Amino acid sequence: MKTIPLPKTNMDQSTTTPTSSTSAPTVPVALRPPSAIEMNSLSAWYAKNQVLHAIDLDIAAKQVCAFIGPSGCGKSTLLRWLNRMNDTIPGARATGKISLHGVSLLDAALDVVDLRRRVGMVFQKPNPFPKSIFDNVAFGPRLHRIYSRTDLEELVEQSLRASALWEEVKDRLSSSALGLSGGQQQRLCIARAIAVGPELLLMDEPCSALDPRSTASIEELIRELRTTYTIVIVTHNMQQASRVSDTTAFFYEGKLVETGATDLLFTTPRERRTEDYVTGRFG
Amino acid sequence: MLASCLAATTIAVLVLSALLISIAIEGTSALSWSFLTSFASRKASQAGILAPLMGSVWVCAICAIVAIPVGIATAIYLEEYARRSRLKSLIQLNISNLSGVPSIVYGILALVAFVRFFGIRSNDDPLTFGSPESFMYLQIPFGPSVIAGGLTLSLVVLPIMIIASQEALRSVPQSLRQAALALGSTQWQVVWHVTLPAALPTIMTGAILSMSRAIGEAAPLLVIGGFLLVFQTPTNLMSDFTVLPLQIYNWAGRPQAEFHKIAAAAIIVQLVVLLAFNSIAIVIRQKLQRPLQS
Repeated sequence: MKTIPLPKTNMDQSTTTPTSSTSAPTVPVALRPPSAIEMNSLSAWYAKNQVLHAIDLDIAAKQVCAFIGPSGCGKSTLLRWLNRMNDTIPGARATGKISLHGVSLLDAALDVVDLRRRVGMVFQKPNPFPKSIFDNVAFGPRLHRIYSRTDLEELVEQSLRASALWEEVKDRLSSSALGLSGGQQQRLCIARAIAVGPELLLMDEPCSALDPRSTASIEELIRELRTTYTIVIVTHNMQQASRVSDTTAFFYEGKLVETGATDLLFTTPRERRTEDYVTGRFG
Repeated sequence: MLASCLAATTIAVLVLSALLISIAIEGTSALSWSFLTSFASRKASQAGILAPLMGSVWVCAICAIVAIPVGIATAIYLEEYARRSRLKSLIQLNISNLSGVPSIVYGILALVAFVRFFGIRSNDDPLTFGSPESFMYLQIPFGPSVIAGGLTLSLVVLPIMIIASQEALRSVPQSLRQAALALGSTQWQVVWHVTLPAALPTIMTGAILSMSRAIGEAAPLLVIGGFLLVFQTPTNLMSDFTVLPLQIYNWAGRPQAEFHKIAAAAIIVQLVVLLAFNSIAIVIRQKLQRPLQS
């Protein structure tokens, strides 16, 4: 089967418009960095049940985009189409167009293994492998055989530093990852995803199984990672969305209701349903 | 309710201990080192179980070499690859049914398939591979040889092995597979690097329990023509063989009381072997089965 390779480094082009990524995201529309992801009339089904209805959404590079909405609104489904994890679910299909740096993700000939190497994913519950901390982080690089042994040690350290876990685990890299706390495990999962060198990080409610303190450390990490990666985060927690994201997309019953800069969407929503949801009147 | 459950347990334990005690009383006097190292004899006082003991080792080793890889591979196909389909449910149903088929039926199948090779080639004019000095010496059809016995037992334990491996694979959390897939693993890499290592302790336990089933089987080996009196240990795949259960069956069926004694002694040896197998299974389960998720 013919496979379409993804372009190697599109990240450099997307940084031509500099943004001060640590300040509040009040960049005017015209100055926003180019989109990393573009979706056109994306609809998705599980068997006969339509879960997404004609979504049009652009996600900017090197920013954090939050998907919010009540349970069952399709936000996780959408996230799982961005790395084609839905391929593993029998009966899941999608129409329309998603492109990541110009490469069509719904193409049947797309090399999904290559795609998933470029799109990291962090799951709801921390899911480290029952292996050592080192082996967890080294799993992806070893799989793709992209590093020699000395490089591998360096890469593991870099990834663990990037996920703010290095100082806590540097003396016990060979002990089991299952001995870490929930928050540490989740940061390990982030390190594991980073080690493969992705362009895009998908996070599916990464803090929902964590205590407030671990949640705070993950949120801080997300804000730091934004300088290097494009991040899409699904969250049920409105405060979290407002704390970590630059843009927010609100979904309701499989439709994209409203999207925009996070502070605007939370303070002056255009749609009534968005206002009801973000003020906690339903959902 | 508690009282009746307790009564049921007590009855089971009492019957079992009565059995064990009677065997111990009858058999211990016949147990000795020479009993383990001598061949069968017409005189009960000189008879030993060397041939059936070594026969059991050979037959079980062949059974393990065949049934364990085939069982694990089948389980991997059914659990990790096969999509939900009519064919898959049919195969699954068949495997569950086969695990309940009396083992003597497998003996009949093996008699036709392995011993006589469907009659395609006569046993008097076999195809020969290698020389009798090599342990790999092979003739087709197999005749009532060690290899035929091992393959027969592998048929008997294969369904058990498959079901145990399937359950082991199923108990690996889906989240681990997803994590590996999301890192860009192919389906096979997920199986090889994540699912199989996580399931291995449970699979090993299943394998050892399958083997302890195989070592206790007499009926299918009787059908394929396992010998009751053998005066040598197996030297190659085509050797004649007998196994412990067959030897016990032979001695226990004789009218003389002395033979009942050595039958009981052989039962003790058989029980010790079984107990050793099960203990190894328990040790593996305890040592290796780490929690898969915190």
